[in-house]
Amino acid sequence: MLAFLGFGKNQRFFPKHLNLVYVFRFMTMGKQPSFLSRDIISVNELSKKDIIRILDVAKIMEKNKKPLLNGKVLATLFFEPSTRTRLSFESSMNKLGGKVIGFRNPNVTSFKKGETLWDAINVIEGYSDVIVIRHPMEGAARLASEAAEVPVINAGDGANQHPTQTLLDLYTIKKSQGKITGLKVAIAGDLKYGRTVHSLAHALGLFNCELFFVSPKSLKMPDYIKDDLKEKQIKFSEHEKVSVVIDEADILYATRIQKERFPDPTEYEKVKNAYVIDSSLLKKVKKNLKIMHPLPRVNEIDISIDESGYAYFFEQAHNGIPVRKAILSLVLGKIK
Amino acid sequence: MRAYRVYAIEKGTVIDHIPAGKALKVVEILKLDQFNKIVTVGMNLESKKLVRKDIVKIENKNLSKQELNKIALIAPKVTINIIKNHKVDEKFKIEIPDFMENLVICPNPNCISRNEPTSSKFYKTKEKPLTLKCHYCEKGFKDFKLK
Repeated sequence: MLAFLGFGKNQRFFPKHLNLVYVFRFMTMGKQPSFLSRDIISVNELSKKDIIRILDVAKIMEKNKKPLLNGKVLATLFFEPSTRTRLSFESSMNKLGGKVIGFRNPNVTSFKKGETLWDAINVIEGYSDVIVIRHPMEGAARLASEAAEVPVINAGDGANQHPTQTLLDLYTIKKSQGKITGLKVAIAGDLKYGRTVHSLAHALGLFNCELFFVSPKSLKMPDYIKDDLKEKQIKFSEHEKVSVVIDEADILYATRIQKERFPDPTEYEKVKNAYVIDSSLLKKVKKNLKIMHPLPRVNEIDISIDESGYAYFFEQAHNGIPVRKAILSLVLGKIK
Repeated sequence: MRAYRVYAIEKGTVIDHIPAGKALKVVEILKLDQFNKIVTVGMNLESKKLVRKDIVKIENKNLSKQELNKIALIAPKVTINIIKNHKVDEKFKIEIPDFMENLVICPNPNCISRNEPTSSKFYKTKEKPLTLKCHYCEKGFKDFKLK
């Protein structure tokens, strides 16, 4: 080994052809990032290597039939309504042989009596091996992770982060395009309040994707996200119409204008029909274009798109299972 | 002989080179209006460095790390002089810390740190313009209120 590294007798310190970078790569080859007991709170904390590892395990999970999480308990704490995220987490845990406890209506819990999140998490962690939390306040999952010894997974905290949605979005993009790196991705809709698009923009930046942000003026991507992207030299541009960018895009990621996030209902009325994606927009699009949507959709994607061959949002929703199975198995240490 | 517009103190802390107009803000954030010892405030004094400067002299008080961090957030270029027996015993500059706890109120009303009994936590992400990022809601802010 020493001789190979260039430390052998009569050898140069490193042979000419043996670059230090390659030596390092050789020595770390096969080493995977460890997820054991790790909290999944924000995409900003996941490296590219972490993301690739989760997507690789998700692929394995598509075929896995082993009850890897037998004897483990997942607590799902949903302070906000959810269909896909909660059901796919619960389904993933069940498919892996684990059990699920939790609530979907905080009004029937001791939070109604004024219990703090900190105290509640300190109690619940004693009942479970992993916690999934959705909360209307930004930073709630982070606070929960500080209170709990068991791993905490953020299933959405206000308008901030929804990392598992981002991971399933990336998995879907990779599955539909064969790669993520270098793609052109248009993200349309509510870019101001939409937590999924904030996380997604950051993650796509790690893969050198070019981003087109499409939204009404009042729902533009917040400055703090754009500043972050600029700092990381991620290429992006802003537009008001989908038609300007759709012919260039490999992925069109549409989102719902979220009524519940508007402080003023009249502001919502002004923008609720800001854009509708229908088949008239698809005349000159790339063949590989896929239209994604985190769902539920209201009227932003016309149903005529469903049969067009470009729609990919139902497959996207189904991908929540392998990705969440992967995350649960990794943080509980059943896959190293 | 140098004429003192603001008289010298025997023991305590002098916060010098405060940008003109910010002395009262320093008094406010350090809660010196509730301090029961002598506090002297000089405003718009002549300064070689700043042309005009403010100065705050606090008798019989040493500032804590947390108080120095607070000052750094509103006036990062001040000089702190520790006075003992009418003489400058120690003189130093302060700087904005990279991480601060319980110093700033998160401007986001929907941040969990505003709604749960927990300390706020911020990271300095940019020096100019000063930008702080909330540990909880992950938003960056250029305007913020001190606790």
